[in-house]
Amino acid sequence: MGTQVKDVIIKPDAPNTLLLDKHADYIAAYGSKKDDYEYTLSEYLRMSGIYWGLTVMDLMGQLSRMNREEIIEFIKSCQHDCGGISASIGHDPHLLYTLSAVQILSLYDSINVIDVEKVVDYVKGLQQEDGSFAGDKWGEIDTRFSFCAVATLALLGKLDEINMDKAVEFVLSCMNFDGGFGCRPDSESHAGQIYCCTGFLSITGQLHKVNADLLGWWLCERQLPSGGLNGRPEKLPDVCYSWWVLASLKIIGRIHWIDKAKLRSFILACQDEETGGFADRPGDMVDPFHTLFGVAGLSLLGDEQIKPVNPVFCMPEDVLQRVGLQPDLLS
Amino acid sequence: MHSKRLKKIEPKQFYNLMCLFFYFRDRKEWADLEPVPQDDGPNPVVKIAYSEKFTDVFDMFRALLKNDEKSERAFALTAEAIELNAANYTVWHYRRVLLQALDKDLREEMKYITAIIEDQPKNYQVWHHRRMVVEWLNDPSEELQFVAEILSQDAKNYHAWQHRQWVMQEYKLWDGELEYVEELLEEDVRNNSAWNQRHFVISHTSGYSDSAILEREVQYTLKQIKKAPHNESAWNYLNGILQDGGLSSYPGLLEQVTELQDTCSSPYLTAFLVDLYEDALETNSSSYDQQETLNKALELCKLLAEEKDTIRREYWNYVSRSLQNTYGSGDPVASSSDPPPPSSSQQPDTEPSDP
Repeated sequence: MGTQVKDVIIKPDAPNTLLLDKHADYIAAYGSKKDDYEYTLSEYLRMSGIYWGLTVMDLMGQLSRMNREEIIEFIKSCQHDCGGISASIGHDPHLLYTLSAVQILSLYDSINVIDVEKVVDYVKGLQQEDGSFAGDKWGEIDTRFSFCAVATLALLGKLDEINMDKAVEFVLSCMNFDGGFGCRPDSESHAGQIYCCTGFLSITGQLHKVNADLLGWWLCERQLPSGGLNGRPEKLPDVCYSWWVLASLKIIGRIHWIDKAKLRSFILACQDEETGGFADRPGDMVDPFHTLFGVAGLSLLGDEQIKPVNPVFCMPEDVLQRVGLQPDLLS
Repeated sequence: MHSKRLKKIEPKQFYNLMCLFFYFRDRKEWADLEPVPQDDGPNPVVKIAYSEKFTDVFDMFRALLKNDEKSERAFALTAEAIELNAANYTVWHYRRVLLQALDKDLREEMKYITAIIEDQPKNYQVWHHRRMVVEWLNDPSEELQFVAEILSQDAKNYHAWQHRQWVMQEYKLWDGELEYVEELLEEDVRNNSAWNQRHFVISHTSGYSDSAILEREVQYTLKQIKKAPHNESAWNYLNGILQDGGLSSYPGLLEQVTELQDTCSSPYLTAFLVDLYEDALETNSSSYDQQETLNKALELCKLLAEEKDTIRREYWNYVSRSLQNTYGSGDPVASSSDPPPPSSSQQPDTEPSDP
């Protein structure tokens, strides 16, 4: 049947080899260019931006090019009295940036520069009666925040401090008829949310509650003829879904249901040969976010030039081994 | 109520257009405040070139925060800051504090947030802010129309759908939603968000247990499939609503779907038949010859793996092997790409390496 499928066409001259050195140079130089307006606008997520940059550098074996001392000082300045950590100095604390900060400090094996007990208090305080987590005191509820909460506590070795049963109950209540998960009960299944929920269930040891065959099928349906992955039906492919979808499949033990060769060629096509970095799709502007997820996706696909990445935490496996975390994966 | 954005040029916008932005640091009404420059931490290696205006506004914002000032001028400044960076959640937080401390007119705030969302509809903070204002006013009367307006520009905006679902559940506004969903599906029958919303509405109102309702939904879905056969969402929906009852036992379903094969074939149709046959095997249905059903299912899996859906061949081969192993009469079928059975939950993942 001749039907129009929403997809991209990869041009024959698109990059088809991995340009790791260019990506390392891109990240190392990010933020130091004058007139980088995009950098100024992204201050409100600076902590996550740093996590993306550091993680991809570590995966490429280039972490030493980043300024460890400056970053650690920066993080210390971002912890508030309530224990929560903000995206940048002078911003309000939020669970998203608390996780990013703890991830960065784990990479640097420097967890104790912040007040860990207070972080735990902050996270605990955000759990609601129904088991869900708010992102901050203003009360937005989202399964992303359930993931942030348990990932943060797992990295700190303090998972037992929240009401686990209730937390699990809430996440499971977000499971939809197609096997996927949304941000709240009844929300449309979305690959980003699915990553958060499967990651959550892995950390909490509840993966057996997932319908792995059904969800695995929904996830492998994200692959389009171009080889790229989208986040939900009838949407365009985006390289960050190489992470959200692929990591979810890895967690539920069905990563082999994706055509790996086609996905790899899509991811490589998203590189920018001149500037380094990855864009959401071929030909678009690059950014650190898509650069991390492109490289992490390639790691999951088995590229030997990149360090193995943990599919639950999106951090190098060797870091998690050092921390002593081995979250469950289905086989 | 209008949701159209009125393009009225305010004095400050006029200045902006003329590139004559009147910096806050130069305004006499702000002379008492010492601007606070961005603190990038001690010895910042990286010096960032902000635009002059951005620096001016945010230096002043930081000064206000530092003094915890709760004033009209602070409130006005948050609007400037939001205009420069509507994703800055700290500014939104501060604005909410001021809205309450100054007892501001929340109706005016609704107009304000309406305009901002229309300009930047894919931002978490703006939608969350709107929800807070609606809660404070306890007035959802504009919400469904507003969200419909945003969806008319992007029918899949995830934030918009979240907000709509929240309003409907919180204020019990279910009337007319099924009609609205049908309108959207008329415009784009592949809109997955609309199909999800259909499931949402019916689940929370009549439910699917009434056989008349279920039949209505089955027929509606089949009708949409005839219009656009290659439609993942419609097939997902059909599968979803029939799962509990069982695909193979639903009267007339196999016949209706088989009929569609000539004109409306797609990998989704074939996959649906595989699911239906699997259900017949699982329930050991007396209406189906077990061996013949297994053979048909295996044949379809092969068709999908080798011809119709080759990108997912690993999945279809897995389904085929599972069916054979569970319902076949021979020895278990293994494959080099099958992972070994789990012996403990801590077993490391044993993915096959690439050939």
